[in-house]
Amino acid sequence: MEFVLSELTEQVLTARAAKKSLFIAGGGTKSFYGNQRALLPQDEHYQLDMTAYRGIVNYQPSELVVTARAGTPLAELEAELERGGQMLAFEPPHFGAGATVGGCVAAGLAGPRRIAAGGVRDFVLGVRVLDAQGNLASFGGEVMKNVAGYDVSRLMAGSLGIFGALLEVSLKVLPRPLEETTRVLDTTQDEALKLFTAWRSQPLPISASAWVPDETAPGRGRLTVRLSGAPPAIRAAVARIGGDELHDARAWWFGLREQAHTFFNLEQPLWRVALPPTAPAMAWGPMLLEWGGGQRWLSGSADAKVLRAAAERAGGHATLFRTAGWAEPEGGVFHPLSPGVATITRRLKQELDPSGLFNPGRLYPEL
Amino acid sequence: MNTVVDSGLAPGQESYSAAPLIEALRRILPAHCVLFREEDTRPYECDGLPLYRCLPAAVVLPENEAQVCEVLKLCKRMNVPLVPRGAGTGLSGGALPHGRGVLIGLSKLNRIKRVDREACVAVVEPGVRNLAISEAAAPYGLYYAPDPSSQIACSIGGNVAENAGGVHCLKYGLTVHNVLRVRMVTIEGEVIELGSEAPDAPGVNLLSVFVGSEGMLGIVTEVTVKLVPKPVCAQVVMASFPSVEAAGKAVTQVIAEGIIPAGLEMMDRPSVHMVEPFVKAGYDLEAQAILLCESDGTPEEVAHEIERIEAVFRGAGATRCQVSGSEAERLKFWAGRKNAFPAAGRVSPDYYCMDGTIPRRHLARVLTAIEQMEDDYGLRCANVFHAGDGNLHPLIMFDSNKPEEVERADKFGAAILELCVQVGGTVTGEHGVGMEKINQMCVQFTRDELETFTAVKRAFDPPMLLNPEKVIPTLTRCAEYGKMHVHGGEMMFPDLSRF
Repeated sequence: MEFVLSELTEQVLTARAAKKSLFIAGGGTKSFYGNQRALLPQDEHYQLDMTAYRGIVNYQPSELVVTARAGTPLAELEAELERGGQMLAFEPPHFGAGATVGGCVAAGLAGPRRIAAGGVRDFVLGVRVLDAQGNLASFGGEVMKNVAGYDVSRLMAGSLGIFGALLEVSLKVLPRPLEETTRVLDTTQDEALKLFTAWRSQPLPISASAWVPDETAPGRGRLTVRLSGAPPAIRAAVARIGGDELHDARAWWFGLREQAHTFFNLEQPLWRVALPPTAPAMAWGPMLLEWGGGQRWLSGSADAKVLRAAAERAGGHATLFRTAGWAEPEGGVFHPLSPGVATITRRLKQELDPSGLFNPGRLYPEL
Repeated sequence: MNTVVDSGLAPGQESYSAAPLIEALRRILPAHCVLFREEDTRPYECDGLPLYRCLPAAVVLPENEAQVCEVLKLCKRMNVPLVPRGAGTGLSGGALPHGRGVLIGLSKLNRIKRVDREACVAVVEPGVRNLAISEAAAPYGLYYAPDPSSQIACSIGGNVAENAGGVHCLKYGLTVHNVLRVRMVTIEGEVIELGSEAPDAPGVNLLSVFVGSEGMLGIVTEVTVKLVPKPVCAQVVMASFPSVEAAGKAVTQVIAEGIIPAGLEMMDRPSVHMVEPFVKAGYDLEAQAILLCESDGTPEEVAHEIERIEAVFRGAGATRCQVSGSEAERLKFWAGRKNAFPAAGRVSPDYYCMDGTIPRRHLARVLTAIEQMEDDYGLRCANVFHAGDGNLHPLIMFDSNKPEEVERADKFGAAILELCVQVGGTVTGEHGVGMEKINQMCVQFTRDELETFTAVKRAFDPPMLLNPEKVIPTLTRCAEYGKMHVHGGEMMFPDLSRF
């Protein structure tokens, strides 16, 4: 394994000396995500393939933490946690069989349980990175509480590799709920948003919620809500929420997480609009709602400027999640940064990766 | 509490005059917002760690964000260091003033701007007290979850700076998990917002870097926090164990059982004996360690979980197990734990609270080692412990009127922190590095890692004026400290009598 590490280091030093860029790759399942830069033939040599650096380094269920190398298949990690009666509570999407732990953290994408448990960054406890100088550096660790130095490990979550290559990550894990059940209600989008809001301020064990528009009946849809926890708490919540039980719920939530649901037409561009959950319904064709209204998907082409302006007015932002081969909007697929945030981000990139070695343009064209 | 004095922290002997700075500050702020006479600045000379004191050149108490911007622009223009201060309850000297700098107190920015029942968020200014947020949210059945023990006094701006924790953070998270957005002023005097009420603000995760940055990256002017529904019911199990090992094993087994308690605290025998005469909470004086384990939620949930917790404790060898029968009894059980620090103040002229965090499996090993150190350093130490998340608070008791005891307490503390790093933990779980643990940062991090921290600092604060000379040790400092330890093994004061 140390051989793999020295190979990776060697590659960084070689690319740096040759003033080439490095494209960090895991299983390639999220290569659609972020700005795409046309690969030049000479780039081929400069893919930093992390998949060989794999394996679970430390897993102690009673410590609620797992440490794994970046190339570890996410499925392998999740299977191991399941044997320990635990899970990654942010329920990350895989988007393919080869998804790796490093890719999961670098992409920073969370699934349905985010509404209750938090996002990827909330579970990152520590990282080991290969930096632009070819050095290995560790931040954070395997303990729950750690305020020594700035939280560089959480900075890596969702950074799409622009600051360095993740080698190892330590993640907080949680016990699997004792019981889960899913209820379905027929509602309009407005009714769904009202219910989400009513439930938010009550102590209900909601672990996921979604509203999916009905293709055949415009305006109508199905509100799906998952309850997780102790059996008595679930029984009480079912009585309050009502609706019908969804059978085969695990497969349904899996389909939503993996965007295998029929709403997600992979031939079409897919926009992810993130809004304060209380924002009213947007006047944009059918949208699929998740996270109590915090994450809203729009399938189909949209004018980036107009959609982003609307999202911003509502207090949120819009990402072109999948281009499906359509042109990237001006400034890239991610919502433009405010000038102050852009300045700090640019300086941070300049400080941590001065020669622009890692994943150029993937997050923002100028980074 | 490293007693190494930084000459840079004291006003130099050479001809330094604060007059031009004070004059400039008085041009941009109302007269009552600028303090510079010694009798006015004296109360600001230290925070909750009074072993470090320094008079600032001036104290400013801005009343709005625009004034904060002006102060920052002025400091940048005049190249003057700036140290922010919230309620001054910090335990690591993070708000220790700079002798040639401005101390900016945010206590006048104390408005609760919005409590939104539907969105379950509150928007508050940095000087708002932690507990005041929960009080404002209480009419809606909501509260702000992180509850550091100083919550009646500490401010949310300070909580953001320190990434404050509390008794309930295993289940409800730290400050970083409960803050959605921070509005702050950069050293350039520009207002920027990090994070968002919508999930995942665009760009990299600057908010998580900012939370816990100890006032070194920007000055907070507004915080948007998450509110959560107040649990209908809470109960606590108090259990006695015949050894620290058994109690430690019980903690591990609760977690292994798939239970995430709302709170899980351990007190060793010395701390039980220290607090019981003081609070009369009914703690078992025969026990070598007691555990307090809280469950919250709906009454059905709590009853179910308490039953499981009791079963685990009995299985792990608990000699006594008591469940709180009423809210009053629950609060009584907690009273001892929450009063551990005041109780230490009662039995000893001074105490020094450490804050290392360790993987829980090393608990017994670390506590045994600390016991041995009590003999080595000739000082008593009581241990209270956020057992659920591995955060130790050893309280070293000493007398600050005896300089050699201070020295020993200092060494004792350093040795505990270094042991925490050795077993895979960290020197600070929730109190911050500040001035206090700057030397131990050299033990926990390599040169490259420390340089990365400096790089992050420069990206936010290029002139390096915000709370300078804290948290990140210079490499020279580490070299000196390292040398101290290489020659060490032998102690620095070999003539000290040892017990």
